[in-house]
Amino acid sequence: MTDLRRRGGGGDTDNSDNISDKEADGEDRLACPGEAESKDVAPPSENTPHCLNKALEGLPPRWKNYWIRGVLSLAMISGFFLIIYLGPITLILVVMTVQIKCFQEIITIGYRVYRSYELPWFRTLSWYFLVCVNYFFYGETLADYFGALVQREEPLQFLSRYHRFISFALYLAGFCMFVLSLVKKHYRLQFYMFAWTHVTLLIVVTQSHLVIQNLFEGMIWFIVPISIVICNDIMAYLFGFFFGRTPLIKLSPKKTWEGFIGGFFATVVFGFLLAYLLAQFQYFVCPVGYNSETYRFTVECEPSELFILQEYTLPAVVQNALGKETVQLYPFQIHSIFLSSFGSLIGPFGGFFASGFKRAFKIKDFADTIPGHGGIMDRFDCQYLMATFTHVYIGSFIRGPNPTKVLQQLLGLQPAQQLSIFNTLSSHLRERGMLPPAGL
Amino acid sequence: MTELRHRGATDADPLSEDKGSESELRDGASDSDSKVDSGPPEVAVTSDDTPEVLNKALSGLSSRWRNWWVRGILTMAMISFFFFIIYMGPIVLMMIVLCVQIKCFQEIIHIGYSVYHSYHLPWFRSLSWYFLLCVNYFFYGETVTDCFFTLVQREEPLRILSKYHRFISFALYLTGFCMFVLSLVKKHYRLQFYMFGWTHVTLLIVVTQSHFIIHNLFEGMIWFIVPISCVICNDIMAYMFGFFFGRTPLIKLSPKKTWEGFIGGFFATVVFGILLSYVMAGYRYFVCPVEFNNDTNRFQVDCEPSELFQLTDYILPVFLQSFTGWTTVRLYPFQIHSVALSAFASIMGPFGGFFASGFKRAFKIKDFANTIPGHGGIMDRFDCQYLMATFVNVYIASFIRGPNPSKVIQQLLALRPDQQLYIFNSLKTHLTERGLLPALERAAA
Repeated sequence: MTDLRRRGGGGDTDNSDNISDKEADGEDRLACPGEAESKDVAPPSENTPHCLNKALEGLPPRWKNYWIRGVLSLAMISGFFLIIYLGPITLILVVMTVQIKCFQEIITIGYRVYRSYELPWFRTLSWYFLVCVNYFFYGETLADYFGALVQREEPLQFLSRYHRFISFALYLAGFCMFVLSLVKKHYRLQFYMFAWTHVTLLIVVTQSHLVIQNLFEGMIWFIVPISIVICNDIMAYLFGFFFGRTPLIKLSPKKTWEGFIGGFFATVVFGFLLAYLLAQFQYFVCPVGYNSETYRFTVECEPSELFILQEYTLPAVVQNALGKETVQLYPFQIHSIFLSSFGSLIGPFGGFFASGFKRAFKIKDFADTIPGHGGIMDRFDCQYLMATFTHVYIGSFIRGPNPTKVLQQLLGLQPAQQLSIFNTLSSHLRERGMLPPAGL
Repeated sequence: MTELRHRGATDADPLSEDKGSESELRDGASDSDSKVDSGPPEVAVTSDDTPEVLNKALSGLSSRWRNWWVRGILTMAMISFFFFIIYMGPIVLMMIVLCVQIKCFQEIIHIGYSVYHSYHLPWFRSLSWYFLLCVNYFFYGETVTDCFFTLVQREEPLRILSKYHRFISFALYLTGFCMFVLSLVKKHYRLQFYMFGWTHVTLLIVVTQSHFIIHNLFEGMIWFIVPISCVICNDIMAYMFGFFFGRTPLIKLSPKKTWEGFIGGFFATVVFGILLSYVMAGYRYFVCPVEFNNDTNRFQVDCEPSELFQLTDYILPVFLQSFTGWTTVRLYPFQIHSVALSAFASIMGPFGGFFASGFKRAFKIKDFANTIPGHGGIMDRFDCQYLMATFVNVYIASFIRGPNPSKVIQQLLALRPDQQLYIFNSLKTHLTERGLLPALERAAA
């Protein structure tokens, strides 16, 4: 999470900060000799809605700042609950919207840093690449989940079969447009923006794709990690506020070790309790499936063993303390401890990275979409590492291969190969005693 | 391919060019940094690097012809080397690809360093190499797990590494990421972020594509040789046609390219591709997928050639029939595919070259490095190949190869027993429907 910076109250005096690349000044000789002054990134102006301003007129600026942040925090958390209630489709749409907004925020910063306004092609090209990469990723995901629907419709089947080729062709078209758009005096600028776009795509789009894949595993794999990161933010801030003394890292002077450690323990406990709460409902626990007949998403299933209460024997130490021998837990709660640990210990590095980025380019916030908080990217900078970690965690420790997918691949093989696999599989199952021995 | 620039001829040339570029290179990357800088390190001047022996032998000729001879000899040397490593077999090829990748990475990172004067950030060199290692570990782990499946399952430590491969790779990457964050130094933020971005884009370009090349190689050496040869042939042919017939410039970015060279190169490459694939498709050595024999612990290329590599009769279209007097022609289906590959190499390959040219103009460098005398760096030679490797990989996945059976078995065996049983029953039903398992239906358990 980004540092708490004084916002709104005293007005920003950052106009003197020149974020444009000094090197770009040297390039002025190459680029546009006429262009004199450098444009700053617009300081985040006071963007709170008018009604809020009126309501908080009476308070001194510092408290006003806190109230705005507080109100907006509650608004965002309520929004979060609302979209969870609305279901998987809404969640996917919201994730996509957030991704597009984050991409736009970072690209805008890049434009300002490189003063690329006068390269009209590049805005189009950046958005085009975003569309391409999204098409590629969502195509792969959709082909998996909507398998039956895709097989039925002829155009969808064609698109799905040659999906990689079509995506690559689309990307290549963008690449060729880039090469053709290279203008004599702007080479370096254009290459910088090309690289900036690609790194942004790498960070933003792949991670949002991983978030969606986690979502399809079960909404709990989406809700718990996000809540953990939010909780860690808030708890670390509160612990730092009340007990903070030792600075944590030079990069973010307001972070303290007390906040860090207090946040860690609080988050682990929170994750544990939240996991317990959510694991009881099928709505959260079941993989999101698509019912081809009713054309709706369904979240109904037999909960896997992760979400069935089991008895765990307490270690002797805890037994004496609590007086109980065993405790009933969901195995998922054990996993939630690992997720919480990661969110508390490594998650902040994502925040430091974003802080360093903002200091490097001398901007206070990524944008000023959310009053009091900055841009969408400011709120989501810690989430990205978390999403990747959750995805890798699920892939490594929880989920095996998807049986439907394996069957699909099997049916796509040549008959001779299918036969050989059939024989291998039957001998394997026979060894395990799952099949009675062949009576031949 | 990069333009033919006069190399080596007069030493005065490179030096003066560099003086002009010095001021451009002085990227005041971080605002307060430029004051601390003593003198901008130049990107290495592409000095004449030819070996002494070559210099002596050619001392008699005038400088322009000498240049031609140097390039010609080195071209021959590289092509012979190519044949040699093909002869040596798949393992050597893989190692060569790995070395080329590391060298390309080093060249590009070196340019980044020079542009941003990052020499005094000692961490960053280590971090770049560390990220290279991580990404390579990830990709090669995935490939190795596929090919060496049985071997991996047998050895216990390999099995654990393979099972948690993604997690381990991610943990390694994260360590690098945290080291980067911890290494951020107050006045160098922007520089460090630039280098971080530069490293990642380079990794994206260089490592993923070399990984694709290895994938193609495992499909069959012909999928490695024909694309690379097509690109090389297109380079040479476009140059020849441009030399003899060149008149209309092609693109402002590379003033020496001409439309005549482009189109002539296209047709020549297509013909070359067809002939080359005809020659190669007859040999199992090139055509068979590379497999690892678990018993002999060796790579082998022995198989029943797939239908792609078996001569089939094609009926010629009518106008060609009257023209040549044949009704049918015997071709390998692979030759039809090679037309697509050659077409891509001739049309899109040059864009990779233009991209590299634009890059070099943007950063005011003549060559990526001067590893190869007369030609520049390794990256100079391989800039068109990368797009080609990705295309071949996507082409194979889309049009040629179905799912990989050994991979499917792998996944099958990783499932839970009840899932395996479910799949077994579904497969049995499917196969009996097709009439492949009539007997089993009667003896069904």
